[in-house]
Amino acid sequence: MEVTTKSMPYDAWKDNEYIENLVKELQESGTNVIVGSFDKLINWGRSNSIWPLTFATSCCGIEFVSLGAARFDMARFGWEVARSSPRQADFMMVAGTIVNRMVPVFRRLYDQLAEPKYVIACGSCAISGGPFNKSYHVAKGIEDIVPVDVFVPGCPPRPEAMIYGIMQLSRKIKVERFFGGVNRQQKQEDFLKSHPVQDVDQG
Amino acid sequence: MAEIQEKIAKLFPQATFEQGDVLRICIPDAQWHDLASALRHDPDLNYDYMITIAGMDWRTSLGCVYFLQSTTRGNDVISVKVETTDRENPMLHSVADLWAVATLYEREVYDFFGIIFINNPDMRRLFLNIDWVGYPLRKDYDQDPALNPITTESERQSDFTQTWVEGPDGKVEKKEVRIFQPEEFVVNIGPQHPSTHGVLRFRTAVDGEIIKKIDVYMGYIHRGVEKLCEDLTYQQTLHYMDRLDYFSAHNYHHGLCRLIERAAGIQITRRAEVIRVMMDELSRIASHCLFMGTFCMDLGATSMLFYTLRVREMILDIMEKTCGARMTFNYDCIGGVMQDLAPDFQKDVKALLAVIPANIKEYNKVFVGNVIAKERMVGVGYLSKEDAIDYAVTGPSGRASGWSCDIRKIRPYSIYPELDFEEVLMAEGDAMARFKVRLREIEESAKILAQLVDNIPEGEYCVKVPKMLKLPVGHWWEMVEGCRGVFGLYLESDGTAKPYRLKIAPPCLPLAGVVDHITEGMKIADLITIGGSLDYIIPDMDR
Repeated sequence: MEVTTKSMPYDAWKDNEYIENLVKELQESGTNVIVGSFDKLINWGRSNSIWPLTFATSCCGIEFVSLGAARFDMARFGWEVARSSPRQADFMMVAGTIVNRMVPVFRRLYDQLAEPKYVIACGSCAISGGPFNKSYHVAKGIEDIVPVDVFVPGCPPRPEAMIYGIMQLSRKIKVERFFGGVNRQQKQEDFLKSHPVQDVDQG
Repeated sequence: MAEIQEKIAKLFPQATFEQGDVLRICIPDAQWHDLASALRHDPDLNYDYMITIAGMDWRTSLGCVYFLQSTTRGNDVISVKVETTDRENPMLHSVADLWAVATLYEREVYDFFGIIFINNPDMRRLFLNIDWVGYPLRKDYDQDPALNPITTESERQSDFTQTWVEGPDGKVEKKEVRIFQPEEFVVNIGPQHPSTHGVLRFRTAVDGEIIKKIDVYMGYIHRGVEKLCEDLTYQQTLHYMDRLDYFSAHNYHHGLCRLIERAAGIQITRRAEVIRVMMDELSRIASHCLFMGTFCMDLGATSMLFYTLRVREMILDIMEKTCGARMTFNYDCIGGVMQDLAPDFQKDVKALLAVIPANIKEYNKVFVGNVIAKERMVGVGYLSKEDAIDYAVTGPSGRASGWSCDIRKIRPYSIYPELDFEEVLMAEGDAMARFKVRLREIEESAKILAQLVDNIPEGEYCVKVPKMLKLPVGHWWEMVEGCRGVFGLYLESDGTAKPYRLKIAPPCLPLAGVVDHITEGMKIADLITIGGSLDYIIPDMDR
């Protein structure tokens, strides 16, 4: 199955192998005709209107502003509805360094996002700590704090790279299964169980 | 300088002097407050602007180097060194009663070095958690992550701050002081808020709509750049300058390069100087453009962002062609610049200069004359000139209060003395003035570019510099004009290839420090206007 989005030619993607494996894994147990059609309809809607949370801590945030402005214009793809409240947003573009003091706040923001929710780690700081990796007050990548769907490398990534990253997310949403089967939501629950927020009573 | 030294030596016989690029007075802590008082109030001295306090760990002792500037007497800079040999319980006397900004600077030193300032009214940590173990900039700091683990647990909050007060008998006593009274209604704004321009947090005590007090809470993007620099070679430290105030990347690079070049005795070519200055001014235009866009967006005029980013994108294109990046350029290097100008640099700059006047006219038409904009900006967030100096509010925000603080004019560096441009000053001191100053500074920067674009001399763009650069033992001080104010750098070298201490004095830290003072008695909606008009960059203040 050729999964693509926003009229992007299938061959133009750089990592088709990954998405093919993902589709194979998802379809291992077969697809129900009726439920599968519902999935397709829902995914079509969701993948075409993913709203970002206005969240930026440093340099990458400025490129995110450029992304919203006329030249790169993310409104072309239906992503321009940047929400300031996490409760109204679909995904979080983690643009910038996450430091120790920010970690609890960041995690709370993630927890406040409404389901289904996605995370893009944007820039080398969010991926690994980047140039501040050896610092005493920087989280070495956000992967230990929240589950990440797409990584966009760069310091900061160009707006084009960000567009490509969000398109990748949109493509991932397209093959999601909301009814039955091993889906990412379940994986997410597993992640959250193994990374609990410490001051919340788990019982 | 000699007469000042004479005068101080007469008043304080215990003081010793070190000559350097700035005069340094060494004084025992017991006399420090008296000396500070004389420096501040004596009409012949009148050092009324405190640039920064550099905390220091000299292994055998801990201490501070204070940098002071006189705004009335030719803008000369002096430094004062105060130290204590007690590492267990280091204490110095506070000067927070003399310079308002010192309260914040002393908190920073306390946070990094654990030096307690006696009589400072607010001795809390500034960037790190209340429960942080150790003082990170001390040389014997234990970096073990197990001591300060990354946790998703919310950090402990306290309504109290601590202060050490000296009684009349000289006995120092620790006291707990309430930040907010129990009956006060406190609203939390930030760190995740679209109008705080990043991750800054205000704890705001309000009475209805009126702001009574703001407690600025920083450190949500404190990355420990100063400590990281101590582990890198001089060439490697440069790239962090891009990531402090990412709009002033060129200006900050320029500052650190100048500092290291002066320390190493490297002479750069005129071509490199011209390129650096042109890049600085291009950054300034791009930065002010983005300021206008985001500021107007904070006030609800979203479309302004699209108009201003149009010019900014043109500049980013010019930079991309030469530097190879849209942001974090890493362009200025020790000895000159990284690579030569792109072939169509001159053509592009001329094209930019051709469209700037029309754009400024448009900004004026679209926004400045607008009734709503006037209502929200005129008379909002007044800051007097005296307070601007007292709180060390430099850059366009300081100049909007009528303080002539442009380093390019008052302590000219590089080729600025030869250039014809005006320092934009306004007397109103409100949000509208801060906006207009920036608008006019774009014109002035364009004027500088117009003078240089056809006069880029031929020659080497970078002179040869040893790969492993070692500086002699000593200390140096440098100031340049960033896009948001005075950017100071203090470097101490122990003769190795790595800096012993690199203190970065960012312009945005005092900008955040003055918010409480300006907003008192204003409406809560004005907080957004005031914060936007000050234009602080959070990674710059947190470092």
